[in-house]
Amino acid sequence: MDPLNALIAVSNYVLIPGIAYGSQLALGALGVTLIYGILRFSNFAHGDTMAFGAMVTILVTWWMQGHGIHLGVLPTALLALPFGILGTMALLLATDRVVYRFYREQKAKPVIMVIVSLGVMFIMNGIVRFIIGVDDQQFADGERFIISARDFKAWTGLEEGLSIRTSQGITFIATIVSVALLFWFLNKTRTGKSMRAYSDNEDLALLSGINPERVVMITWLIVAALCTVAGVLYGLDKTFKPFTYFQLLLPIFAAAIVGGLGNPLGAIAGGFVIAFSEVAVTYAWKKVLGYLAPGGWEPEGLVQLISTDYKFAVSFAILLIVLLFKPTGLFKGKSV
Amino acid sequence: MKKLLMATAATALMTGSAFAAAHGKEVKLGVLFGFTGPIESLTGPMAAGAELAMKEVTDSGLLLDGAKVTSMRADTGCIDNGLATSNAEKMIAEGVNGIIGGDCSGVTGAVLQNVAIPNGMVMISPSATSPGLSTVEDKDLFFRTAPSDAREGQVMTDILMDRGIKSIALTYTNNDYGKGLADAIKTNFEAAGGKVTIYASHEDGKADYSAEVGALAAAGGDLLVVAGYLDQGGAGIIKAALDAGAWETFGLPGGMIGENLPKTIGPDLDGSFGQIAGSAGDGVDKFVELMKAANDFDATSPYTPESYDAAALFMLAMQAANSTDPAVYGAKIMEVANAPGEKILPGELGKALEILKAGGDIDYVGASAVELIGPGESAGTYREIEVKDGKNETVRMR
Repeated sequence: MDPLNALIAVSNYVLIPGIAYGSQLALGALGVTLIYGILRFSNFAHGDTMAFGAMVTILVTWWMQGHGIHLGVLPTALLALPFGILGTMALLLATDRVVYRFYREQKAKPVIMVIVSLGVMFIMNGIVRFIIGVDDQQFADGERFIISARDFKAWTGLEEGLSIRTSQGITFIATIVSVALLFWFLNKTRTGKSMRAYSDNEDLALLSGINPERVVMITWLIVAALCTVAGVLYGLDKTFKPFTYFQLLLPIFAAAIVGGLGNPLGAIAGGFVIAFSEVAVTYAWKKVLGYLAPGGWEPEGLVQLISTDYKFAVSFAILLIVLLFKPTGLFKGKSV
Repeated sequence: MKKLLMATAATALMTGSAFAAAHGKEVKLGVLFGFTGPIESLTGPMAAGAELAMKEVTDSGLLLDGAKVTSMRADTGCIDNGLATSNAEKMIAEGVNGIIGGDCSGVTGAVLQNVAIPNGMVMISPSATSPGLSTVEDKDLFFRTAPSDAREGQVMTDILMDRGIKSIALTYTNNDYGKGLADAIKTNFEAAGGKVTIYASHEDGKADYSAEVGALAAAGGDLLVVAGYLDQGGAGIIKAALDAGAWETFGLPGGMIGENLPKTIGPDLDGSFGQIAGSAGDGVDKFVELMKAANDFDATSPYTPESYDAAALFMLAMQAANSTDPAVYGAKIMEVANAPGEKILPGELGKALEILKAGGDIDYVGASAVELIGPGESAGTYREIEVKDGKNETVRMR
């Protein structure tokens, strides 16, 4: 019996990675859900917008590192983040001006907008690869760990290590801050209220004098900020590679839909549901049970519910079940 | 007037045909690699290697009395069978005389079955290493300058045993290459008395690998062997395993050896080891020099020497058969690659073409010590690699 080691093993391999990954998905899903709620289409270009924001941040980070600007134990990328956000804002406003506005004026159906966003996705895909290339890019600096597994073992004398990376800590804090700011903005400010009004009932909002172009512009600005923060955090935590951002689109959409498209609270919950279902359901409990079981009763096999090959299947199974029983998602979003 | 017209027309015709005789001998070789996708960081140097051989031959002016060799590049996406076969079809339509490629095993098999065999086109792959390709009914149209992974399984087992490793956790990228290689490692390692604690696949390009690492770590083992791609899930798994403190050294088969991996992972990778098909000696040294002189590409990048050799074999076989018809020169590939004959190193393609023209015999050694065995695949020498101070260093040859 060794519950302490068991607890540490679960935290190290399930809880901490799950929370960090969930936060990244939640930030991504918030952007998707905002666009769906206010602009009324599913934005497939979201993953590549994240890649673009991260790319601008990386370029500025490199420039700063080259000029000897550092942030001590924290990654320099945090200092470069505002520039990344500005760059992404410019990109999104430009795409809106050049592409989306045309279709909005035509009152194009949502499905057309989705396909348009698919086109935008491929263009952004190309832009990012053209500028920074297809390879992995390193831009993390500062202290890598808050607690490293080796130090933890030395301190506590436990058999299991616990590691918390700086990027995981930053991810979690940044997510809380961004979400708090977003909710304050949506609920307390005049502009935020006008956005919600526009989302709830477009015609009524227009009648009461809300300027639609302004709402659209502010939506894009917020989305740009969320995208860049999510993209940079993801890049810091894992690695920056354009291809993985494209792949990130699937879990992000799954998170947004599970939570309820158009509902910000749902996006956050959805992010964590998807992340934990991927990590926890496929975890092999052999070690943990080994610590918990009385001597001699340790399991022989891996005690794994299903193999990690199916982790994606798990999140999509959850997605299907939610859509079957609650078509609007866990937190009353709009039906898809 | 009529006569004058006739005469002009006749002259025009004559000049036309003379022109065609001098320049019409164009040999087109397709370079079918995954310029996008999981091994996109390797394919740039690979294509440059193949094109270096073409340039060398064109400059010598000796292939089939002065034929110009041009390259036609197309993408396989490495894992995209649809893209690869449609691009191969396009190559056939453009009239290529041979296809260098594909690169990854899955797409190579698809292109072979759906395009090369129906069209009677010869393919030489520098990097498809799946054991499955050894037994394909290829009508003698498929060759490879890379060895089969079945051999790599033995080599890796030898290395692990020599280093006293008794149990491994094994994860592989979920495709033909990864599965084939992992099977070979598992069978060999278990036959040698080792224990494989877990045998699990991972998908490439995923956002997060903590689930995979959690399962692998729960199973335990002296070492984690990652039979994946360095630009893809393989690097993600290693990073996640290091961060969680699950393992400190890793076993790295061929797909994981490349400059990018130590660069991405950093000093934590030091001490990890593995192997990759490759050769030491005069051939590869000479090739490194040639590549440096020709362009900035790194000639030691994996499968770059093999790519040069694949291109060279095509052109030498064409000269030996005195034809650019795949049905004719295909039979000559094994002949030029193997003994007997004069040994040919990189940079000596001109000399080889002269010997062949005079009716002599050559034994192409090339940059990767080419020796084709069995169904037309490389016998396989391997470099045992250890990561030291952020560099892949060759410890010894196997």
